[in-house]
Amino acid sequence: MGMKFKQLLDSGKFVVTAEIAPPKGTDLEQMFHHIELLNDKVDALNVTDHQSSVMRFPSLGGCLAVKERGGEPILQMTCRDRNQIALQADLLLAYTRGIENVLCLTGDAMTVGDHKQARGIFELDSVQLLRAIDFLEEKKDLGGNALNGETAFCKGAIVTPEADPWEPQYNKFEKKVDAGAEFFQTQAIYDLENFTRFMDYARGFPVKILAGIVLLTSARMAKYMTENVPGIFVPQNLIDELSSAPKGGALNKGIEIAGRMIAALKKDSLCDGVHIMAINREEAVPDILEAAGL
Amino acid sequence: MKTITRQKPYEEILQQLKFCNRVFVVGCGTCATVLQTGGIEQVSELREKLQGSGLLITGSTVIPTACDEMTAASVSENEAAIQGANGILVMACALGVQRLNFYLDKAVLPALDTLFIGLEEHPGYYMEACAQCGQCILGYTAGICPVTACHKGLLNGPCGGTDKGKCEVDQERDCAFTLIYNRLKEQDRLDLMRHYHPPRNAQVVPRPRVKILEQKEMEQWV
Ligand code: SF4
Ligand code: SF4
Repeated sequence: MGMKFKQLLDSGKFVVTAEIAPPKGTDLEQMFHHIELLNDKVDALNVTDHQSSVMRFPSLGGCLAVKERGGEPILQMTCRDRNQIALQADLLLAYTRGIENVLCLTGDAMTVGDHKQARGIFELDSVQLLRAIDFLEEKKDLGGNALNGETAFCKGAIVTPEADPWEPQYNKFEKKVDAGAEFFQTQAIYDLENFTRFMDYARGFPVKILAGIVLLTSARMAKYMTENVPGIFVPQNLIDELSSAPKGGALNKGIEIAGRMIAALKKDSLCDGVHIMAINREEAVPDILEAAGL
Repeated sequence: MKTITRQKPYEEILQQLKFCNRVFVVGCGTCATVLQTGGIEQVSELREKLQGSGLLITGSTVIPTACDEMTAASVSENEAAIQGANGILVMACALGVQRLNFYLDKAVLPALDTLFIGLEEHPGYYMEACAQCGQCILGYTAGICPVTACHKGLLNGPCGGTDKGKCEVDQERDCAFTLIYNRLKEQDRLDLMRHYHPPRNAQVVPRPRVKILEQKEMEQWV
């Protein structure tokens, strides 16, 4: 790993990130395999934080594994499971172990996960978490107490370009910018025209935008996402394209679509990079990159 | 405003009564009557059911407002029946249970679960409007409380789960921030959407919270 993620962002290179999910349990083999597969192929690797409120091996543990294998991790931090003390303490640990990129998230609702009986903390929200990191960098904790030793993070957040209604969401985006977010990874986008409109707006702010690319693996999945997942819109022509794929060929079609989108985003310099989410198909990321000509 | 309650599962009521064989049942004439969880009818239904389970009922009453200090009078009126019982089963909110607990040196047991304080938005429709957080921000949020109206109690704007203005946890419920945004827009106060709310200070509500009136503040009422 040559440059750090922050330097890469600043360098103006078209940045590529991807993400992996830690296992449910202590068998880490598959996660190690994904890390080794992707470390050299992407500029940084997100490790999800109990995504969809499903209890798993922690993001911090996954990031350590990325680091130990020579990669550049992005620590995902949700506000759902930890109070202020726990969040700050995890950040201190992360920094001392060379984990310098943090993606600040609210976190999914407890009700969607596998611990429906648990309490969602949400003592901080994503904007407040971004500001908390600023505090740490000023050697202060949220209690106003002095800290020994420095921290310096590259702070990220998420935004949903297709949010409906978009106004309150874009308002929050601006609050995140005010709170010091340096990069944004977006919710999955599939409609380049809509995304261009979002970028026309987002370009007005001094932040880097990485377009979210979620691999479509079947027409059914595409239809499900556009109908049920908040903030995701899959145009009908993509759904049709997936249905027209020969039997057993939908995954390859999805890879082709993802590659084509990335290539288009890069060619027209629509945004500053992409964040590839190949949920449960991490193996396909190198193929997507190849299809994109990267 | 009503305290919203729900009857506990009958097995749980019996479980609590495990060490009692003579029971006095108390209802409440205010919230629990309106909610039909502890009015005259519900008290007599539960009496019968308990009798059917082999328990002796020494008596029952519906106190006008179980949580207030007049409850002392109801307790003395029913003294004999209460003394004859070794368990007092209360079909009122948890405040009613605790009020009775002040006066009685016996097992006072809740028959209801206390859910929230409900504001009657329209007849028969009660919504949780305030979580008594101790730091009211309604002035910044067009009078809509995100601490209670947002499933996650967020302060600084919607999460990524908003879908067509609804909340990710329930497609029937409005996302608090869509409501706040629309209302602020109508009032031409949209700049408030950009107001940064710092983390809530949990210290302003150390539990248990207590409020003590000064002697002269109390005198104005007597
Ligand atoms: S902000 Fe909400 S919970 Fe807090 S006092 Fe005001 S209405 Fe109640
Ligand atoms: S969708 Fe809206 S109301 Fe629901 S949790 Fe997210 S911000 Fe709160």
